[in-house]
Amino acid sequence: MPLVFVLVPLIALLAINLPLGSLGKKLGFPTAALLALLQIGAVLFAPGAWANPSDFLGGSVRFAFSADRLSLLLLLSIGIAVLGALCVARYLFRDSKSEEGPRFFNLTILAMIGMNGVSLVSDLFSLYVFLEITAVSSYVLIAFERQKEGLEGAFKYLILSAVATVMMLSSIGLFVLAVGDTSFASVAKAVAEGGGDWVVLLAVGLFVGGLFIKGGLVPFHAWVPDAYSSAPAPVSVLLAGIVTKTTGVYTLIRLSGSVFANAFHLNLVFLAVGILTIFVGALAAMWQKDMKRMLAYSSVSQVGYIILALGAASPLGAAAAAFHLFNHAIFKGQLFINAAAVEKQTGTRDMDQMGGLSARMPLSSWTSVVAFLSAAGIPPLAGFWSKLLIVVALWKAGQSGFAVAAILASILTLAYFLMLQRKVFFGKLSERFASVKEASLWLVLPALILALVSIGVGLFFPLLWDTILVQVAGI
Amino acid sequence: MTAAFVVFKAYWIFIVLLALAGVYCVVATRNLVRVLIGMELMTKAATLLIVVAGWASGRMALAQALIINLIVVEVVVIAVAAGIVVSLFRKNGSLSTRELDKLKN
Amino acid sequence: MIVIFVVLGLMVVSSLWTVMTRSLVRSALGLALTSVILTILMFQLGATMAAVFELSVCAGLITVVFISTISMTKALTHAALLTKTRDRLKRYWYLPALLLVAGAVLAFVLSPLPFEAATPVPAAIDFDALKQMLWKDRQTDLLGQITIIFAGVTGVIVLFKERKGGQE
Repeated sequence: MPLVFVLVPLIALLAINLPLGSLGKKLGFPTAALLALLQIGAVLFAPGAWANPSDFLGGSVRFAFSADRLSLLLLLSIGIAVLGALCVARYLFRDSKSEEGPRFFNLTILAMIGMNGVSLVSDLFSLYVFLEITAVSSYVLIAFERQKEGLEGAFKYLILSAVATVMMLSSIGLFVLAVGDTSFASVAKAVAEGGGDWVVLLAVGLFVGGLFIKGGLVPFHAWVPDAYSSAPAPVSVLLAGIVTKTTGVYTLIRLSGSVFANAFHLNLVFLAVGILTIFVGALAAMWQKDMKRMLAYSSVSQVGYIILALGAASPLGAAAAAFHLFNHAIFKGQLFINAAAVEKQTGTRDMDQMGGLSARMPLSSWTSVVAFLSAAGIPPLAGFWSKLLIVVALWKAGQSGFAVAAILASILTLAYFLMLQRKVFFGKLSERFASVKEASLWLVLPALILALVSIGVGLFFPLLWDTILVQVAGI
Repeated sequence: MTAAFVVFKAYWIFIVLLALAGVYCVVATRNLVRVLIGMELMTKAATLLIVVAGWASGRMALAQALIINLIVVEVVVIAVAAGIVVSLFRKNGSLSTRELDKLKN
Repeated sequence: MIVIFVVLGLMVVSSLWTVMTRSLVRSALGLALTSVILTILMFQLGATMAAVFELSVCAGLITVVFISTISMTKALTHAALLTKTRDRLKRYWYLPALLLVAGAVLAFVLSPLPFEAATPVPAAIDFDALKQMLWKDRQTDLLGQITIIFAGVTGVIVLFKERKGGQE
């Protein structure tokens, strides 16, 4: 039953926080890592086992969690991204005597519970609850080092997120008014039948607007660069890799598929917002000097692709969106791990000061090359396939103009990534960094694994098409 | 469903006004704590909306359950937000929002 | 029905005061007052249990949180306060004007709809339905509550803890 994805981490969390003295402090990382690994394993090796609803005690205790293929894909992405973040965090908290480590891992597990919950709920209000769990954990994680930067980033995220929350709550209120219930099924029925009723439309609009803010879409993306770049390294991996994707984008994929389907030109909104986001993100990325900020704008741009795919309003579009979400978790998570390695070894994030690091940090450089090729959509990497699917979905839906624009934007993506590569890894080796060494295994190994996943998924895509994507498309 | 809507036109107007006051507070203030107060006002508007919706559609039990849950969640959010504000104060020595622009390049 | 209008009006006025008042403490108290008026409205509409929650938590607990936050953060010196007051008045007087305009516009837009209809009559207090709803139909949310409380506690510990050898 899908409940385990929420209940097991929760129980584990409570267990490791019992006052067990020094044993408890050491358990944080292994437990969290184990949970993430179990999650990955559960999805990869037993995908059929989670279909049954969560029934205990003969139905008297009933949790409304359900897992379809889309949820499973997200759970997999969550597991992978969290594992990557944990490796970086493990390196950060090497000192096992400190109090901070266990608390960090607690928060990471909490964020994981929140995101797992988001992928499994079938009710708008429960969605809100688990979104807030993820959000609260994120605020604290971003502000974890209690430095000015992190606190500011967390605060900005908090304000915008609160506005989004109020919008979603108002929407839920309107649905209670119009429908009398907040479950996905009831709302879907109401949207399908009462398409013209303006209360329902307003509710849909408010909810989607709130999710746009949470996902960092233009014009609500202002919090993204600040939050991503000021967060501690493992948190950036977590945020960029999966938190924003789950809270903003996955929810939109889920809702646009069945719940809000065909609501009054929703797909036009997606097309417009998507294309705007792609270009604004890409153009802004080119101007950045700070490595993490550039990656943050790049994330904004990639999320635009996912929303654009939803604009096709077809199962293919939804599948393409979901696949790109998965790929983005992989390559963006990996790029932030690379950024963490670079920042650790050189002590700076200012790209103008860097250069030629590939000589000294070969593994980090080459894995980042793989990631950026995947992001720009170069075959045979995974990113190529998801971008192709997006373009095809748009083309088939008759939105050829947007399809062309998406292809053009890929060129922009290639451009700013080439700039990143030239500035940071290639080019002349700067004097200051002549003695820099490759980063620790904790930072390099996950990057390596993620790069291999990008390559692997790309090469074997035709095989995966049937098993994964067709299933996801039949949401 | 416009029939139900009719019933409480007055409520609609005041809910929107309350929400506006909250948004204005968040946008116009230079004090971090006031930002939180504005957030709270917006949340109250949403709460009232849910109550009225529950009353008008006859689903008061659902509305109340939603509100109770929502209140708990919002308390946690405000507590964490207050924590961030206090930490910011300790770092910056002031509650001014002007201090928050350090992150721009 | 006039009563409802008066109460609603009081609520907006008190929220106005909350936003515009100079002192932070008064602002927090204004928020509490707004909560109390909201509670009255909720009682009127029949949401008794939720109203009790709202009163004890929002008007009570959150006010305590705000007052503690305010007391943990230093007040401004008098001179700084005076300069701030002058230009804040300039910024804030837009609000009542904005609210009046918005109210008028909304009233106009919604005018085809009759004001009429039921004055809210407090419905018979139906505890059973609520219990059923909370414990049986909304269990997922309860699981979420437990989790978020945990998250909040961890967050508060992380954020409020003093650095060793650090500030105040």
